[in-house]
Amino acid sequence: MKTLTALALNQAQLLGASYADIRILETREQGVSVRNGTVQDANEVQSVGFGVRVIVDGAWGFASSAILTATEVEQVTAQAVAIARASALFLRQPVDLGPAEVHQDIYRTPYEIDPFGVPMEDKLALLLEADRLMRSDAAIKVTYGNLVSVRRHQFFASTEGSDVEQELVETGGCIMALAVKDGEIQRRSYPNIFRDQHTEGWEFIQRLDFLGHAERVGSEAVALLSAPQCPSGVTTLILDRTQLGLQIHESCGHPTELDRVFGTEAAYAGTSFLTPDKLGNFRYGSELVNLTADATTPGALGTFGYDDEGVPAQRVPLVQAGQFVGYLTSRETATQLARLRGEDPAQARSGAAMRASGWNRIPLIRMTNINLEPGEWEFDDLIADTDEGIYMETNYSWSIDNLRLNFQFGTEMAYEIKNGQLGQMYKNATYTGITPEFWSGCDAICNEKHWGVWGVPNCGKGQPSQVAHTGHGAAPARFRNVRVGVMK
Amino acid sequence: MLGQTEVQHLLERVLHRSPADQTEVLFLGLEEALTRFANNEIHQNVAEHNYGLIIRAAIGQRVVAISTTATDDASIEQALERAVALAKLQPENPEFPGFAEPVPLPETTVAYDEATATATPESRARAVGEVITYALSNNVNASGAFRTSRYEWGLANSHGLRAYAPTTLADLTIVGMTETSSGYAADAAWRFADIDVAARGREAVDKAVQSQNPRPLEPGDYPVVLEPYAAQDLVNFVGRGASGMSVHEGQSWMSGRQGEALFDKRITLVDDPQDQALWPLPFDFEGQPRQRVKIIKAGVVGDAVYNRLWGEKTGHATTGHALPAFSPFNPSQAIGGSGPFPIHLALEPGTASLQEMIKGIDRGLYITRFNYTRVVHPREVVITGLTRDGTFWIENGALAYPVQNLRFTQSYIEALAEVIAIGAEAQCERGYFGLSKAPALCLPRFRFTGTTGF
Repeated sequence: MKTLTALALNQAQLLGASYADIRILETREQGVSVRNGTVQDANEVQSVGFGVRVIVDGAWGFASSAILTATEVEQVTAQAVAIARASALFLRQPVDLGPAEVHQDIYRTPYEIDPFGVPMEDKLALLLEADRLMRSDAAIKVTYGNLVSVRRHQFFASTEGSDVEQELVETGGCIMALAVKDGEIQRRSYPNIFRDQHTEGWEFIQRLDFLGHAERVGSEAVALLSAPQCPSGVTTLILDRTQLGLQIHESCGHPTELDRVFGTEAAYAGTSFLTPDKLGNFRYGSELVNLTADATTPGALGTFGYDDEGVPAQRVPLVQAGQFVGYLTSRETATQLARLRGEDPAQARSGAAMRASGWNRIPLIRMTNINLEPGEWEFDDLIADTDEGIYMETNYSWSIDNLRLNFQFGTEMAYEIKNGQLGQMYKNATYTGITPEFWSGCDAICNEKHWGVWGVPNCGKGQPSQVAHTGHGAAPARFRNVRVGVMK
Repeated sequence: MLGQTEVQHLLERVLHRSPADQTEVLFLGLEEALTRFANNEIHQNVAEHNYGLIIRAAIGQRVVAISTTATDDASIEQALERAVALAKLQPENPEFPGFAEPVPLPETTVAYDEATATATPESRARAVGEVITYALSNNVNASGAFRTSRYEWGLANSHGLRAYAPTTLADLTIVGMTETSSGYAADAAWRFADIDVAARGREAVDKAVQSQNPRPLEPGDYPVVLEPYAAQDLVNFVGRGASGMSVHEGQSWMSGRQGEALFDKRITLVDDPQDQALWPLPFDFEGQPRQRVKIIKAGVVGDAVYNRLWGEKTGHATTGHALPAFSPFNPSQAIGGSGPFPIHLALEPGTASLQEMIKGIDRGLYITRFNYTRVVHPREVVITGLTRDGTFWIENGALAYPVQNLRFTQSYIEALAEVIAIGAEAQCERGYFGLSKAPALCLPRFRFTGTTGF
């Protein structure tokens, strides 16, 4: 590998690049799924390739290839340089990466049981048994489950002298039951329909305990068919930690991406309401709200050793005691922000949030693990302390505007809260709000005992599109004066 | 590009070495370049040379799919051995229909354009440069992306089926922004030259200028004129419901309703793989001829689309709508199973111009596009999302002033039940996998449920 990385870096410099890096990535993924009692997927993906990123005449160029030979490395490097020269035709501000990042290191995801060492027959047997257990009622028309194992072995080298090797291992899965009757369709899933995924081994799947949850998933899907519609109005809302995880993802994670803030995602995902003038002087939420971007959270999906610019993983505060205090940054945007704020760009450090979905994509600012720090409440006490409201769990739908202000979420299931107790089950639950108003209404967060991280393996961003793996730590929390029941 | 001879040779090498009872091998090749701009400069400019083999191997009724980027003999043999070993670990799948027998493919135009296949970074940069120049002259901040793609697909199986097609696509998105507004334009075609980048740039920039200083508007039910960009969203969500899998499983708006007059009589929605204005393709990813399917016929719920598995399960012939087993190019896509899928959706145009539509509205909304739309409930295709990049109040048959963006929560089935007018000209955009085509729509009511303040 070092011969190829050196070849690319030398070639780039010879062709006039002021900076270059190369990532060589070997990926192995295994996906198995079961649908209605039969095997739907038994797939393995093996991919090898490399991407070369260069700065020439102050502009970026990137090219990539699946052919890992010396000749191809030379050609692709030359292509990246030619692309950068084309980019420079319409350039207003030359790229400044700030201080050099020079690291030589090896990082490997710690895990107990290699997910690729677990026989496929055991994985299918687990899914098939969960599938059987979910089919408790004739109204269950679809049952589904999947398990995914990922190993990414990557090498990063730069002209600044970095040389970083990483092996990242991920394991994830989910089960789902769909009940259909008289034109009504209701879904229940565990932990959710996207899968929960961690940087752990098979021990994570063992902890998920699909067989312990499968019957409940099926029976709740059936119960939802006859549950009343979630009422409309403004009330107190308590969210479970997985729905809260997606709330954090959409309304805190994305708007704190500094590339969005600077407009470079404007044509696709949009920009952000968290403009630089608000940094340090904007009330994002109540004083209870502390949000961090923590790429070091053990086992979480957004955990790594180094980002794809070779910057070490960090824990970066985003919101402290309700105040907006930080962004997700890259080397380039950290420097731009420093310049904008009249600070020394030579001292600007990236928060290590640059990640690419594969060797064929350029790194973008992506969420790591965006965590809501735990509060002090026991969950039972929180319900008991709530006279009237709604408890919602497990995401169903999600939508937020291009500045990340107006959101609307739906959940698979909800319960009425009355006189401090959970009551009637509701179907088709939705809630909507404006980000800082919503977080300002947060008046209780459950404690460490109820806190956990949830992996989002399907975060889309960028053109060409990239799918990132992010994590979100949260415990159930309460929000006052929330509009619920938007769907008639 | 490897070319037909080399691709077919590669596929034969795989089949020749396979110890499986049945084998299918799909070659997916990609050369794609994308020039992305923001803040009136090019900030990302990328190229990708990628390919993969997806090998499906069956031992009896047990099937495994393996993809690999390694195409030397030893790697192919390793992949086949792995596939067979994994297949043997599975229970029998009684639903596996076997791989396809050879079928004649239609003599049709294949969407391949050499100029698109060989577009250079300079040609994209210069086209984008015209947009930037126009934006700067109007004090507008332009962003967007211009992509050219060359695909090469080859398929072979142990029953003798052989298919090969190269194809191209180009697509463009532009957002123009001012301090208080934005505008949008997009286009897609399989011929690079069919996209007038400069004209689309003027459209986005002019819209941004026109929509400055928007006024707030209370949510509520309003008549709407939807530009083709907004109408695309209805076409795609309603069209996706035509998956034979979803229909059979009761998840679709079509389930149990085929033959019912659910929509306005002027609504005809087709999936048309031979439409030259879309992306003409001869076969699907099982090597079956792609067929034109009428999903809605003059307001009446029509036919679903099928691949071989779901056709066989439900007593239908395949309509040539199989996707690959999974996508080898996007990490974390090792799970497939999305079933048959329409990738050439087209809502048939009507006769009205946008001006005629606006003239017909006393009080209503003119909407450029929708953003971040998601399913709230699948049966009635209840969708929530937001307006974006140019929303205007219509009063007395004319555009009165720009308004702030609104959230809507609306059943798309209900929305298409009654139509005031359908636009005469349809517009192409890149959809979930292929291209889709929609004209403007004028609808008597659309439910807006929230405001944004911008």
